[in-house]
Amino acid sequence: MSRVGVVVFPGSNCEHDVVSALTALGGRAELVWHAETDLSAYDAVVLPGGFAHGDYLRPGALARFSPVMGAVAALAEAGRPVLGICNGFQVLTEAGLLPGALQKNRGLTFLCQPTTLVVASTRSVLTRGAAVGQELVVPINHFAGSYVCDDATYRALVERDQVVLRYKDNPNGSRGDIAGIANEAGNVVGLMPHPERALTALLGSADGRVLLEGFLAAADDAAAARPLVTAP
Amino acid sequence: MEYAVRVDVTLKRGIADPEGATIERALPALGYAGVHSVRTGKAFALVVEADSEAGAREVAGSLATRLLSNPVIEDAAVTVVGVG
Repeated sequence: MSRVGVVVFPGSNCEHDVVSALTALGGRAELVWHAETDLSAYDAVVLPGGFAHGDYLRPGALARFSPVMGAVAALAEAGRPVLGICNGFQVLTEAGLLPGALQKNRGLTFLCQPTTLVVASTRSVLTRGAAVGQELVVPINHFAGSYVCDDATYRALVERDQVVLRYKDNPNGSRGDIAGIANEAGNVVGLMPHPERALTALLGSADGRVLLEGFLAAADDAAAARPLVTAP
Repeated sequence: MEYAVRVDVTLKRGIADPEGATIERALPALGYAGVHSVRTGKAFALVVEADSEAGAREVAGSLATRLLSNPVIEDAAVTVVGVG
């Protein structure tokens, strides 16, 4: 079974939810402190939500320089699944692993509510199990979730099928209703909504399952593609 | 030498500035009818140790691009304001 590392920055606050969700779906997930510089033991990594380094300066601006980020970039470069949720998405854009930036919400309000997402592409480690056009109810919980990029970047995102999730009713002013994007290879994904909080209908929605199940399947694929190492 | 440096970070033209827009909407009620185009930003005051003013400017410029601003959405302007 694959191993998923869930990075804990000072100020992260969704790491236990992510581990709990991935574990409930049959995965193996472990917390990894941000001072770690080697993630080679992990087949995939998640940057969870929260307020890394207090969100001082800009969300993700300081987390980008955490020691772990070199290893996250190496994992991304190696084609292994990397997922940034909410603050994790902000960190990935600040680190340059995903294009664009997340700005303060239009209306300047902190938004904490269910949103309906529309799957725009299945060519990513997060949406591979979903269907294009499928609607998913997943909550958001952010102040700086308005996706911003220049015209050339937006055109490239659309042309290369890198927009993976759009809001049905744009809550925050995101360009093109973007809720989540992937890199060109599809192995690095960032999204503002929290799929780990949409695991059971009892708590509002179970629509996050198809996303995290896809991510775990991608992690398993990454594990299967690795050379076998004999335990000492 | 120590140089006092100021770095002004502002949103690029075309990037929505909801804070600036909100401030601007409040202006007529306060009697400032002739004020418009309000843009918000951040100012940083630093002291940089360097051999020359150009050197101080270079260090501050690098810092401004790598950390103090996000070049995707923000511009940074470096001003050397004094010698310590």
